Amino acid sequence: MDFLRPASWEEALAAKAEHPTAVPIAGGTDVMVEINFDHRRPEYLLDLNRIELLREWEVGEANVRLGASVPYTQIMENLRTELPGLALASHTVASPQIRNRGGVGGNLGTASPAGDAHPALLAAGAEVEVESVRGNRFIPIDEFYTGVKRNALQPDELIKTVHIKKADGPQQYSKVGTRNAMVIAVCAFGLALHPETRTVRTGIGSAAPTPIRAKEAEAFLNAALEEGGFWDNGKIITPSIAKQFADLCSAAANPIDDVRGTAKYRRHAVGIMARRQLGWTWEQYRGAGRTLEGAA
Amino acid sequence: MRVNFTVNGRPQEADDVWEGESLLYVLRERLGLPGSKNACEQGECGSCTVRLDGVPVCSCLVAAGQVEGREVVTVEGLAEFAKEREAHSGCASGACGTSIDEAKRWEAKPAQDSQTGEGVELSPIQQAFIDAGAVQCGFCTPGLLVAADEMLERNPSPTDADIREALSGNLCRCTGYEKILDAVRLAAARQGEAV
Ligand SMILES: Cc1cc2nc3c(=O)[nH]c(=O)nc-3n(C[C@H](O)[C@H](O)[C@H](O)COP(=O)(O)OP(=O)(O)OC[C@H]3O[C@@H](n4cnc5c(N)ncnc54)[C@H](O)[C@@H]3O)c2cc1C
Ligand code: FES
Ligand code: FES
Repeated sequence: MDFLRPASWEEALAAKAEHPTAVPIAGGTDVMVEINFDHRRPEYLLDLNRIELLREWEVGEANVRLGASVPYTQIMENLRTELPGLALASHTVASPQIRNRGGVGGNLGTASPAGDAHPALLAAGAEVEVESVRGNRFIPIDEFYTGVKRNALQPDELIKTVHIKKADGPQQYSKVGTRNAMVIAVCAFGLALHPETRTVRTGIGSAAPTPIRAKEAEAFLNAALEEGGFWDNGKIITPSIAKQFADLCSAAANPIDDVRGTAKYRRHAVGIMARRQLGWTWEQYRGAGRTLEGAA
Repeated sequence: MRVNFTVNGRPQEADDVWEGESLLYVLRERLGLPGSKNACEQGECGSCTVRLDGVPVCSCLVAAGQVEGREVVTVEGLAEFAKEREAHSGCASGACGTSIDEAKRWEAKPAQDSQTGEGVELSPIQQAFIDAGAVQCGFCTPGLLVAADEMLERNPSPTDADIREALSGNLCRCTGYEKILDAVRLAAARQGEAV
């Protein structure tokens, strides 16, 4: 095994081009487990810890540009306002020690259906900027996950920055597990209200081969909210709309039975989380998020 | 490969390190620092917790090559580390500073060894663990000490929820955690009195 230690982003891209099989290592919280347990013996490890730009973030006009290696702890502490969904999701990852090392780039690299960043990114709306010596490209988050633990990266590419839409409304994230810390999601759900575009977006984790959006549920809810004038009148969403939304979220899930839970339970839990999060976020929107001029 | 880094304030050089080796392995097997424990090697138990450039991490999940040029504090150096921190803290006004006496003590410390931790007075968190009866088999203790000490550095008056959160990455199979919580509360209270 060789340990490659590029000092700059350009060097890292050059190293990846020269050794496309090199395994990048950022926080190491996925990679090292595999090496410790002999599940993986890469020919090259490509250390990304020295690359400053991967640990930086920038809050722009419409987006947050999040470096691939920004640890979860930093997201929780510094980006709660701009990225409330991702900050909540980050807080559910493992433990402080893991959150001090692991980050979104590694979560995307592993692309596990159980990764906690994914539902939050799907709900907020994001693009993954990847780069190689050939140039860079932006991959919409919806197109990033290509299969169980597979993503859209080419062998010579590295994840540079995740461009995430700044929250323009309330966001939520929850996951089902046996306890609060150190839990891989049985299933997870994220929801974001986007009052500027009058849309709602979702993200489902651990309930399909890849993280997914519940697109039909979103379309139904967007139409129902528009039709009822809810964005303007700020009325409580009727239980029948909420139920239909939850049912469609359940239906979007395509889970399996495994040691953590049954498919039936997962589908059920996704619906419950969807309904609750819609309630919570809508309450927040009705309250602080907008001025209820003339509303009853 | 060779890895150069600082452990408990001292420059160290580890030779013949395998490229896939963890920091934990280097500490225990190459540098003779068995304080950090190896229980799971998958980040679940926290018994290998050390500080890497000040940040608590599972040393079993840090690749040895990643620590090149960086600073590590292990449980062996915790007492010394806590002492230095105390010497340098509480002086935001610039009015206090290190007294002559203290300075003298700092220069001459032949009996103290930041490598093994021997000859050094225990840190407040270590003493509190003993006083509160928070140590049974002791396997989880080093990781808990490093994690608890770092929390108290950040947050001198933690709530119970803060303590639970900060220690949520550390498993103990013996104590049932109550005594551990007691110990951290005790250390926090003593820290408060000292100010
Ligand atoms: C005890 C434990 C508990 C965990 N709990 C959770 C949890 O609750 N929720 C959760 O989502 N995850 C969990 N994880 C998994 C892990 O912590 C996350 O997936 C984390 O986000 C990985 O980030 P990292 O920087 O440590 O990745 P690494 O291990 O460094 O890398 C992970 C993968 O991404 C690739 N990679 C990393 N950076 C880049 C880049 N810039 N470009 C291209 N590829 C890259 C690597 O080659 C590798 O394939 C847990 C892990 C452990 C050990
Ligand atoms: S040995 Fe590192 S966390 Fe268990
Ligand atoms: S005292 Fe034995 S594991 Fe904690």
